[in-house]
Amino acid sequence: MNRRHVLKAAAVAVAGAWSLSVSGIAAAADTIKVGILHSLSGTMAISETALKNTALMTIEEINAKGGVLGKKLEPVVVDPASNWPLFAEKARQLLTQDKVAVVFGCWTSVSRKSVLPVFEELNGLLFYPVQYEGEELSQNVFYTGAAPNQQAIPAVEYLMSKEGGSVKRWVLLGTDYVYPRTTNKILRAFLKSKGVAEADIMEDYTPFGFSDYQTIIAKIKRFASEGKKTAVVSTINGDSNVPFYKELGNQGIKATDVPVVAFSVGEEELRGVDTKPLVGHLAAWNYFMSVKNPQNTAFIKEYKAWAKANNVPNLDTVVTNDPMEATYVGIHMWKQAVEKAKSTDVDKVRKAMAGQTFKAPSGFVLKMDETNHHLHKPVMIGEIQDDGQFDVVWKTKTTIRAQPWSPYIPGNEKKQKF
Amino acid sequence: MRTILRGLHAHAAAFGVLICLLSVVPRALALEPAAMADLASDETSDKARAIDTIAAAGDEEALTVLEALLGGDLQVTPDKHFLIKRSSGLVDAISGSPVSPEPDEYDKVRINNRLRAQTESAIAGLRLLSRDPAVRLEAAKAIDPSRDNLPLLGKALSRESVPEIRNALRKAEAVANLHSPDPASQLAAIETLAGSTDPRVKADLMALSRSTAKDQESPAMAKVHEAAADAVKAIERRLAMYAYLGRFFTGASLASVLLLVALGLAITYGLLGVINMAHGEMLMIGAYATYMTQQIFRDHFPHSVDWYLVFAVPTSFVIAAAVGMLLERTVIRWLYGRPLETLLATWGISLFLIQLVRQIFGAQNVEVANPSWMSGGIEFSNLVFPYNRIVIIAFSGAVLLLVWLLLSRTRLGLFIRGVTQNRTMAACMGVRTGRVDLLAFGLGSGIGGLAGCALSQIGNVGPDLGQSYIIDSFMVVVLGGVGQLLGTVYAALGLGVVSKFLEPYIGAVPTKILILVLIIAFIQKRPQGLFALKGRAVEA
Repeated sequence: MNRRHVLKAAAVAVAGAWSLSVSGIAAAADTIKVGILHSLSGTMAISETALKNTALMTIEEINAKGGVLGKKLEPVVVDPASNWPLFAEKARQLLTQDKVAVVFGCWTSVSRKSVLPVFEELNGLLFYPVQYEGEELSQNVFYTGAAPNQQAIPAVEYLMSKEGGSVKRWVLLGTDYVYPRTTNKILRAFLKSKGVAEADIMEDYTPFGFSDYQTIIAKIKRFASEGKKTAVVSTINGDSNVPFYKELGNQGIKATDVPVVAFSVGEEELRGVDTKPLVGHLAAWNYFMSVKNPQNTAFIKEYKAWAKANNVPNLDTVVTNDPMEATYVGIHMWKQAVEKAKSTDVDKVRKAMAGQTFKAPSGFVLKMDETNHHLHKPVMIGEIQDDGQFDVVWKTKTTIRAQPWSPYIPGNEKKQKF
Repeated sequence: MRTILRGLHAHAAAFGVLICLLSVVPRALALEPAAMADLASDETSDKARAIDTIAAAGDEEALTVLEALLGGDLQVTPDKHFLIKRSSGLVDAISGSPVSPEPDEYDKVRINNRLRAQTESAIAGLRLLSRDPAVRLEAAKAIDPSRDNLPLLGKALSRESVPEIRNALRKAEAVANLHSPDPASQLAAIETLAGSTDPRVKADLMALSRSTAKDQESPAMAKVHEAAADAVKAIERRLAMYAYLGRFFTGASLASVLLLVALGLAITYGLLGVINMAHGEMLMIGAYATYMTQQIFRDHFPHSVDWYLVFAVPTSFVIAAAVGMLLERTVIRWLYGRPLETLLATWGISLFLIQLVRQIFGAQNVEVANPSWMSGGIEFSNLVFPYNRIVIIAFSGAVLLLVWLLLSRTRLGLFIRGVTQNRTMAACMGVRTGRVDLLAFGLGSGIGGLAGCALSQIGNVGPDLGQSYIIDSFMVVVLGGVGQLLGTVYAALGLGVVSKFLEPYIGAVPTKILILVLIIAFIQKRPQGLFALKGRAVEA
């Protein structure tokens, strides 16, 4: 490369940078930047791609109605590629380079734990849309998914009731990482408080991406033959669920004998499964696609139309699920809070978020708690149907306040507030 | 029941009275619309009552309604008119006549697990008197063995002549009698059930053997408890034996999968010496080829969709082999003898292929369904041998046999073995080594494609499919000894059986770790693997 080339290249680079910064300034004047931090490749792409889609759809919807504070929202989509340290890097990039007002993102607890120090250091704002294990509370995060008392505990209580089959014996089966282990720790303490003996609880873990469930299901069968009604509580995450449910069907474990209740299986995860042998197995969430109300009908219609307009792969079978609803609710609540605060400043928005309400597709009016950054949510228990949807067989009459610090873990009594 | 009545062409009235006397459960003569009204309620207890009332009607219509309820086809309009959804359209639930015009608004009658179990048992009760022996057998196995059903079971037994069905009925009767207040009939029931291997029977017997503490008043009861405890022990012994057998089967099934994924690699890595990091992607391509075949069948031959696999097998082989050969010609052949560069290049190719598939098919997993003949399994007492696993074991055996025949009995096989052992000498003898390399690489990739086709039947089909198997397949090949097919077979069998025997005791994650540690220790001791290639110019 001779000198002239170098100079030319440098000139082009400077010009490019200048034009970029100009357009940046121009954009900053009449738009508000919003970060979207979901894995679009790697193992979690399966679940997180739909959340990115929902976020983009909601932003389009808000823009079509005139935006926020008279400004349009401008989404900045980054791909942390299911790589936990990369989540932190991308979060830093969004906050320092793109200077986004808020970030919607993360799915796994390990990715949230990875970005948390970045948001706290730079005083950013993160909306986290997935049910999780609790035991965390940050000024810089709003949790729009369920805490354990809004999902895991009610599901187990349901199975203990006469309606749920008066279950006496429990298999706690999960993927080997922080969310299932913490949830099972809470559940174990809860079950013991209800008088379940140590011998009536079996806990087992499989690695991410595990696909050979033969021996584990044989073990469950043996455990279930000890004379008491048995249920499986599954915190299996990701695509391992498909071979797990396939094997359940093949081994002839029916929901009427040994029901399986899952916390990470929704409509999206069942898309790759023939659900005919699985009818009657359960899932606990705060929203199901099958819920009937005007908000949900509009939400599903809007998403289907968006998927069609944006040519999402396999668009004839797109579904909505709980974390998508939580993303949708989160973005709308943030918009309301910004309008109340008349600013996108993180501290002002945080104050304005307290007590915000939104009529959600779940059919309930959800409220952001005044103190603990979690939503008040209804709890629903659904049974899998042969079309891959869930029939709600039980739900709470009202919304439930989240307890991020589970009372079943000793030492948590004093942590309920900041 | 109505047909049975008609069959007994005698004085209808007299028989009617007789039937009423025989059946202790009171039965209405026909299903009344009023009996169903409670099904529209939101309360589970109301629905439960309605199911009992319908079952008590005991006629064909009742059976139809209950089957529709279980299948999710029973609909209700806001004014509590019940309809059944058929492929031809909506029909009235009781009369079965088509409804026109169709009502604007109707909703499915929803049931939960408790009601589902109740409905299943009610259906079994109604079918117990069916004419078709297969239906009767099914019903005799499914019926709820409660004391309420004892009269029904007795009636069915008195009519039954097929030994198999009689046995099932006797068993159900015995289970019901376990809860009898009379110790003598309890003892008889325990005796009947001692030979059983049904876990549910064991559960009931255990409950009986445990109640000793509370009521040890009569010696007769003590005897019952003792007999129950003995029966439980006998059943447990039998179950333990079956569990052992089951573990062998799961071990063999894992071994067959490992063998399939490693066999292709044993050829490309073992024979050609190419460290092919993209081998996993050959599996992925095979699985996607299977998916595409399935889609073509669904779109164009919906009637024979169950047989798509027969076509998917050659398709996945050909496509994966073609991709492999293309890679060999364009990239790998320039890198022979440079293992590090090959490793990096093939790793890059693997990333490229993953992203390519993600672009074409999306990041989501795609659904590959088991054909109906591969769903379910052979039941052997309480063990189930799933058909898909059995088919894969047989399939991997067949692939192994074909590869062995190809390598040992054909001219191409001779060339491949020659080139493996001494490339220069083979070239001197006139073997076109370049062409042999190409074909061998195609063969290895094609077998990878076959493995992908098999994996699509038991696991997920997604762009990352290959990544989860590449480590396992290298493990098998290295353990077995590079350059030896027989070693691969033994290594796959050993790894499969050992990990499935460890898993129930120490869990899935520690098993993986322990297996890796064992392999490392083994390789330290014996770097050449289980079987070493013997010959003068191995490393030529």
